[in-house]
Amino acid sequence: MAIITYRDALNQALREEMQRDDSVFLMGEEVGVYQGAYKVSRGLLDEFGPNRVVDTPITELGFAGVGVGAAMVGLRPVIEFMTWNFALLAVDQLVNSAAKMRYMSNGQVGVPAVFRGPGGAALQLAAQHSQAFESWYAHVPGLKVVMPATPADAKGLLKSAIRDDDPVVFIEGEMLYNLKGEVPEGEHIVPIGQADIKREGADVTLVCHSKSVSVTLKAAEQLAADGVNAEVVDLRTIRPLDRESVLSSVAKTHRCVVVEEGWPFAGIGAQVVDTIQREAFDELDAPILRVTGADVPMPYNKQLERAAKADPAKVVAAVNQVLYRE
Amino acid sequence: MAESTAARPKAKSKGLDAARADEYRRWLREMMLIRRFEEKAGEAYSLGKIGGFCHLYIGQEAVAVGSLAALGPDDYITCSYREHGHALARGISARAVMAELFGKADGCSGGKGGSMHLFDASLGFLGGHGIVGGHIPLTTGMAFAAKYRNTAQVAVCYFGEAAVNNGAFHEALNMAALWKLPAIYLCENNRYGMGTALERASALYDISERACSYDMANEVVDGQDVLTMNAAMERAVQRARTEKHPTLLEVRTYRFMGHSMSDPIHGHYRTREEVEDQRKRDPITVWSHRLIEDGLMDEPAVRAMDKEVLEEVDDAYQFADQAADPDLKELYTDVYAGENSVNGE
Repeated sequence: MAIITYRDALNQALREEMQRDDSVFLMGEEVGVYQGAYKVSRGLLDEFGPNRVVDTPITELGFAGVGVGAAMVGLRPVIEFMTWNFALLAVDQLVNSAAKMRYMSNGQVGVPAVFRGPGGAALQLAAQHSQAFESWYAHVPGLKVVMPATPADAKGLLKSAIRDDDPVVFIEGEMLYNLKGEVPEGEHIVPIGQADIKREGADVTLVCHSKSVSVTLKAAEQLAADGVNAEVVDLRTIRPLDRESVLSSVAKTHRCVVVEEGWPFAGIGAQVVDTIQREAFDELDAPILRVTGADVPMPYNKQLERAAKADPAKVVAAVNQVLYRE
Repeated sequence: MAESTAARPKAKSKGLDAARADEYRRWLREMMLIRRFEEKAGEAYSLGKIGGFCHLYIGQEAVAVGSLAALGPDDYITCSYREHGHALARGISARAVMAELFGKADGCSGGKGGSMHLFDASLGFLGGHGIVGGHIPLTTGMAFAAKYRNTAQVAVCYFGEAAVNNGAFHEALNMAALWKLPAIYLCENNRYGMGTALERASALYDISERACSYDMANEVVDGQDVLTMNAAMERAVQRARTEKHPTLLEVRTYRFMGHSMSDPIHGHYRTREEVEDQRKRDPITVWSHRLIEDGLMDEPAVRAMDKEVLEEVDDAYQFADQAADPDLKELYTDVYAGENSVNGE
């Protein structure tokens, strides 16, 4: 199996889906001539031409709406946001148009569109460019929210998202684009709504997604050296949430820590904890803890930024707490 | 008092084309149907049979009727939330529209959309939309799809003059002109965004001039005259279909009723005199007089048409009143595609 980057895995998914289906097109800022701000769309303009790889003005609300409108009449747009920070300007189109069209029209008009781009913090990009918005979109019925953590999942989930008949918010990890991994060539599909056990273990369940998967796996390695065998559950899809995978892991380990990049208040972890306490209360041997980004706008200073982010040490500390080891 | 909105028709107009007599009479009937329908909707609202917001189209009928008559069956239409008239003029039955206002299962959106979200995809009628300006980019996307597939379709967006101060308007029109999309942006300038007069909201009085920012064709149209409206729309449709060039139409019209059912006819933001002055150019009277003057109809025929329309509206009311509510299981359908549609919880 070829070892390629997360970026190239996404590129492969886009290329293959555009080859397979003429109704798929890519639209966004710098996707064409510039070859993509993060080079995810490299080479696509040459292969598919300017009708299918469409550079837009900096006009997020506008081109998100164009994508929704085109999807309403049967095209399958892939709308790239240069980052999800900029997509805040387009939230009205995602929430009021994309998410609700099928319901308001009594099933007459669907929106088979993908909205994708990088989310989460990179390095020293400061407050307006370092945000994780998955809980905003996951809150909205009508949207699906997908967040791959590995190159193989990136390819397989993007292909599923493009083929999905509903609007999919596809949040890539800004720090993951250079991550390398094995990726099956050709038809490789990862279904939306299925979590993946990235590491098996019996002592504690660590639930995570996107960039926090690598943070959590590092923590799990450190814990293993210390005799704690952690199970790492990568949600992969935030909505629909794969509750069964989370619950069956917790039934095995009886302890759980939820790790995410975003802010703590009303975050994804809160939803996961709610599910576990309702469905598996009697399985728990300790209160569930959460490791999140600090509840502050992201600071620029390197030391402050490090302190604001979830990291392996914070995960290890939380695990020790749920194991009553300290 | 604000100046009269509608450009007055030329003193001497040409005689009507007798070859189009059937079409002209149909326009009158459609305008009458909308008027009577809206009057009945207002009545039903007062009786509590219609809930939520309800924005009546009375006074603006010639805009929807004249413009929609210029479209073909495959074209796409989106509207704001004041869209009962457009839905009827596009051919959604009075029964299906009234039943939707009543929230019934037989409504054109299954009772799940209501007054502001009327849909009939089979007619290319892709929604009333509730966020001011939000549907302007959607229509641009439909025009993009027509160009992408190289069809002859055009996409038409109806919105009020208050929407032009919204970023969505600017973003959408810029892209439509940049990419030469077959789109028509039809601004129904009824002078008031809710209670805010145009001149209190827009730095530029002539909305049509905004098209210059996008190098876009534009026209100011008298929206109280259905024939003028139709002719301007035909030019815009031609431009979109054959030249792939979008148009901004500023259609000057007037809302005879309040913004919604909770707003009195004049309120604090306009005078009774102004409304009465505008009512002198009632689009239905203007057109019926024209048809009579030109000998295409006579008074008894107009009265008979009105009676027929009243019966159709009464029938729609009875139908809606007796129709069933949606089954409670519909609460959870069509959130997503497919059978098992609830994903969050």
